Amino acid sequence: MSTRNRLINVFRESLELPETIDISNLNYQDTERWDSVGHLTLVAAIETEFDVMLETNQVIEMSSFSKALEILNALGIDVNA
Amino acid sequence: MPSESMSTPDRRPLLGLVAVVTGASRGIGAATASCLAARGANVVLTCQHNEDALVNSAVALEAAHGISALAIVADNADESQVATVYRAVHSKFKRLDILVNNAGILGDAMIGMITQSMLDRVFAVNLSGAINNMQLAARLMRRNGRGAIINVSSIMGIRGNPGQVTYCASKAGLIGATLSAAKELAPHGIRVNAVAPGYIDTDLICGLDPVLHAQRIASICVGRPGSAEEVARAIVFLASDEASYITGQVLGVDGGMVI
Repeated sequence: MSTRNRLINVFRESLELPETIDISNLNYQDTERWDSVGHLTLVAAIETEFDVMLETNQVIEMSSFSKALEILNALGIDVNA
Repeated sequence: MPSESMSTPDRRPLLGLVAVVTGASRGIGAATASCLAARGANVVLTCQHNEDALVNSAVALEAAHGISALAIVADNADESQVATVYRAVHSKFKRLDILVNNAGILGDAMIGMITQSMLDRVFAVNLSGAINNMQLAARLMRRNGRGAIINVSSIMGIRGNPGQVTYCASKAGLIGATLSAAKELAPHGIRVNAVAPGYIDTDLICGLDPVLHAQRIASICVGRPGSAEEVARAIVFLASDEASYITGQVLGVDGGMVI
């Protein structure tokens, strides 16, 4: 599975989002599930899935799905895979 | 009728768990690391300066208790160095169960003689550093849905002491952080408590004026200083499942000291 699809799955499962939501264009607080509490759950799920540890600044800056991809790229994950 | 687990205590109740202990090269931190390792926990020891002592402790704990120990030199006041500790924990163990926020420094000065640099340094090590450790630790603990954080405050953070405004404020702040973190992290299975040691026989008191030392002893109901091991046992209790329903508490370990 591609990195992008793995990340979509992480978003969907950790935030318990329905299939109807377009995760690729999702931003922080677009849905009530992605609030400050959900954000930390999402971070933990991403860290577990990709075996990485985000910097505190990256946790704060992760304001959208596309930003999450950028952060994974910065952490050495091949986001084009 | 007591259950079997109550009548037959587990000698290594922390077997396989992973604990970070800051300020672990001596005193309460070293005693806590030893106590945790004796109960089966893998330990990650940090301190700012004393690398040789830290490495020797790690080697000794591994040999004595058959656990894994990491020694990492990190300035508790430096966010990036603290982050390095947790990256190492993640890399080696993939989990974290216990954080003992013990690193701390004194900052003794009467009002009117407290410098900004003293304020900055004491708060950076004793309070900001502890909060940074908590938030990084909590992120690892959340993955397993469990964890215990124990902050080492001080009786001085509750009662105050002349000449220690800076130190007492930092330790009082740590209690406030403990209470807030306990509420925030409880839904994620993470308990947060503090201990408030009284007059403990560590390096910090060995140079004290004999008259002052005698006054301190006179203020303690049990009539003697506490040992680092006695504080460590209280910390390990709070870290263990024996304290599974305890969070947001400040446990005095002071022999009935009155200030």
